[in-house]
Amino acid sequence: MPHALGRFLAKRLGLSLLTLWLLSVVVFLGTQVLPGDPARAILGPLADPRAVAALNEQLGADRPPVEIYLSWVGGLLTGDMGQSYAYRSPVAPFIEAALVNSLKLAGMVFLIVVPIGIGAGVLAALHAGRPVDRAISVAGLSLTVIPEFVSSIALILVFAVILRWLPLSATWPPGAGPLTQMQHLLLPALPLVIVLFGYIARMTRAGTVEALSADYTRTAILKGLPWRTVLSRHVLRNALLPTITVIAAQMGYALGGLVVVESLFRYQGIGSLVLGAARAKDFAMLQAGVLVIGGFFVVTTLAADLATAMLDPRLRTGGRR
Amino acid sequence: MNAHMSPAASPVLRLDELSVSYSVRGRAMPVLTKVSLEVGRGEAYGLVGESGSGKSTVALALQRVLPPSGRISGGRALIEGQDVTSLDRAALRRMRAKTVAMVFQDPGRALNPSLTIGRQMAEVFAILGSSAREAAERSEAMLARVRISSPARVMGAYPHQLSGGMQQRMVIAMALAKSPSLLILDEPTTGLDATIEAEVLDLVDDLRREFGASILFISHNLGAIAGLCDRVGVLYAGRLVEEGPARALFAEPRHSYTEGLLRCLPRAGMRKGVAPLDAIPGFPPAPGSIKQGCVFAPRCGLSDERCRTIDPPFAVVGEGRASRCHYPDRVADLPRATPAPALAVPARDDAAVPVLALEPLSKTYDTGGAKVHALRDVSLTLMPGETLGLVGESGSGKSTLAHALLGLLAPDPGSRILLDGKALPPEVRSRSADEIKAVQIVFQNPDSALNRSQSVRRLVGRAVKRLAGLSGAAREAQVRRLLDAVRLTERQLPARPRQLSGGMKQRVAVARAFAGSPRLVVCDEPTSALDVSVQSAILNLLAELQAERQVSYLLISHDLGVVRYLSDKIAVLYLGRLMEVGRATDVLDGPHHPYTEALLSAAPSVSGERGTRIRLEGQVPSGLNPPTGCVFHTRCPRRIGPICDTEEPPLAADDAGHAIRCHLPREQLGRALATAPVAEPA
Repeated sequence: MPHALGRFLAKRLGLSLLTLWLLSVVVFLGTQVLPGDPARAILGPLADPRAVAALNEQLGADRPPVEIYLSWVGGLLTGDMGQSYAYRSPVAPFIEAALVNSLKLAGMVFLIVVPIGIGAGVLAALHAGRPVDRAISVAGLSLTVIPEFVSSIALILVFAVILRWLPLSATWPPGAGPLTQMQHLLLPALPLVIVLFGYIARMTRAGTVEALSADYTRTAILKGLPWRTVLSRHVLRNALLPTITVIAAQMGYALGGLVVVESLFRYQGIGSLVLGAARAKDFAMLQAGVLVIGGFFVVTTLAADLATAMLDPRLRTGGRR
Repeated sequence: MNAHMSPAASPVLRLDELSVSYSVRGRAMPVLTKVSLEVGRGEAYGLVGESGSGKSTVALALQRVLPPSGRISGGRALIEGQDVTSLDRAALRRMRAKTVAMVFQDPGRALNPSLTIGRQMAEVFAILGSSAREAAERSEAMLARVRISSPARVMGAYPHQLSGGMQQRMVIAMALAKSPSLLILDEPTTGLDATIEAEVLDLVDDLRREFGASILFISHNLGAIAGLCDRVGVLYAGRLVEEGPARALFAEPRHSYTEGLLRCLPRAGMRKGVAPLDAIPGFPPAPGSIKQGCVFAPRCGLSDERCRTIDPPFAVVGEGRASRCHYPDRVADLPRATPAPALAVPARDDAAVPVLALEPLSKTYDTGGAKVHALRDVSLTLMPGETLGLVGESGSGKSTLAHALLGLLAPDPGSRILLDGKALPPEVRSRSADEIKAVQIVFQNPDSALNRSQSVRRLVGRAVKRLAGLSGAAREAQVRRLLDAVRLTERQLPARPRQLSGGMKQRVAVARAFAGSPRLVVCDEPTSALDVSVQSAILNLLAELQAERQVSYLLISHDLGVVRYLSDKIAVLYLGRLMEVGRATDVLDGPHHPYTEALLSAAPSVSGERGTRIRLEGQVPSGLNPPTGCVFHTRCPRRIGPICDTEEPPLAADDAGHAIRCHLPREQLGRALATAPVAEPA
């Protein structure tokens, strides 16, 4: 049944679109309908009613909500994210620049955390129940619960202020090469690495422990295969399947989680853009930013499903029936 | 001690007082105690035992793959003269690569789900030094030797794309690929259909001759062991209690445990109502808990002071036979553990209204355009107080039928299920409380059927509340009555499932099903997760409850012994079609439908007589694309001609209501072969 995979993906794609639509409704309700009167929210309670009415008309907020929603979504679908009230210019270029920056930071995070997390997880599984395992599990758990702003401040103090090994600012000088960029990104990436490390290590450990005790691993051992082959071909191949899904899904989380880090390190990413837009009551920017983060989340989840499907022959080729 | 009975000069396997212990919370629990045995060149040795006897530990210890908590605490295990217990890592790997091979239960889990069959096969050759191309060629050749008809296609397949029988052939092919001196089979057929089990056993028997490998066959299935093995060892509580040639040992056991085990088997000629099966009282001891005397003494009806104080030696009791019993000559006098009052079986009343009537039942699944007839026009009746045995391979529609009765899936329009003459709404949510409690189920695996976090009192109490509508003191009283009925005591009320043995859990499941005084209980493989001695107790219980309460059973089982023992009527399903139905004796004695005949011939028996097994060619066809004409024609050994391919035969009944769906005239159909009727005791 070769279309098993196709059907699986079609279903996931449909669900993703549904999620995006629901998100757009929620965002719209949150920014347009709940404040009741956007212009009043922007201008404040003491503003002149005439100014409020004028602004509402300028924003198009005096139309019925459904119409506003439709024109907003229609604009999004044609690539028009609207006009920023704060900057008096189109939203799209801001979003695009911020997204690229955030992706760079997220990429840095995963470049560090994936090999370390998987490595530690496998190591823990191979020494399950022994001190190494306990050390990794305890470290992973305790690191996960440290909030980003706490670890960020500690890291800034140690590496940028005391040791002066790393630049304090995440923003690199204009025209900097990739290496310099990475150097600037290292410090902001670490707080997220710390949060994600325990998660990935735990997933890897669980998958590996399960695969190690699986019957097929015993079969492989009893074939007389060298331990290294047993591990790489039989254990890890199956053990890392769930981990890969988790990593892909975490990409989306990381993008949302960047808000704190980006504002702490004054980094012009999507997180700080959204935060700034919320503070400035720049609704068009806020809507677009939240939707982009949500969209990214949906895409990474879809990618995770796709990765699982491609790696697991049971999904790829379908069952017998 | 075994030296005198060793069949060859240099045994392939020799266990020399092998002891294994597991450490549980820092304490060493002896799982195997001084087990000594030998397997000669080309010999098949069967190791019999119930769960917890340590039989699988033997296999794991032999290859040094014990779980981390287990360790060989004494003795030696010699394979081809090499002591496995003292091999270093490299030597151990060489031994695994060349000398020993193993086949486990559950082939689906023994194969790596994310590698193709070809790749997994080729590994075996690659490690012996073959080039990639050579390994692929030899793999393909090997698949042909385990009778795979299209090896090239199977090489590229993933394990999940193959049937259970095919998967087990792959595992056997991988095992035999290295031409091992010793092949260890650990419950290789458990969980497979009877026909596939027979096929796998035949294959092992053939290949054993072809490859000249010695076999250590570990199983709780006495019939399978009797059919395949030359010699048998019986393991109980980690000790070898009896050993001898298979046929002699099963015909005339010399240890009371072996005798007790054999009496638990529902054999040909034994029927509920005629006599209950015997059981072994009590439970196997916890490892190491019996410090003195015979390990079986606490459960043995023959034990006396001597048995409880002096551990009997493993003494010679005849030609090639040994037994660890003080009274090997008295085992035939072992008193019955269950009293044998013949149950009053009420006379059949053909005029009565059937409890269940399907007139007819069909279920079609729509799988993306294609239609699968899971059940097609199945018409059946079941009288009060009777059992209908439902027989057929996986995919025959047995479970679909059970689920339709329970209202878990809606049958096709036009189907009618009559309960006590009244139409039963197809779906459970449109059934009344009375209708729901009238049809209940006992599942195969009590572990997954019972909520692990609830006590027995709650598990049964909830069923009493929901089904019988009782609460307060009345509910408590009913719970106690039910527990009493399933031979559990108040002591078990606060227990949670994990604190109970498998048999006790199944009793709780039975009690739950009986909470609302059901009319019909679906028993879906009620004993297949249980040991033989526990199975007999559950079968007796079901028979007693039936006689007491006039409840009817729909019994689904792949074990013909169980079906034969409990059933008054038997229905044979194949690809959702009813192929044969009639009184149990008629169906078992014949004339048979060719499919029934094949099923019957596949059933192993402890007599070791394998009879002429009728082999079914090929696999069960897919329900998506069922054969035209008679659905069985693609595998039928008695196919008569084109009529079978084009025209579906009618289900023709004789005067006694014994119906067979076959084009062959009745007088040409086969008659009882594997299960010669034994005269019922007067």
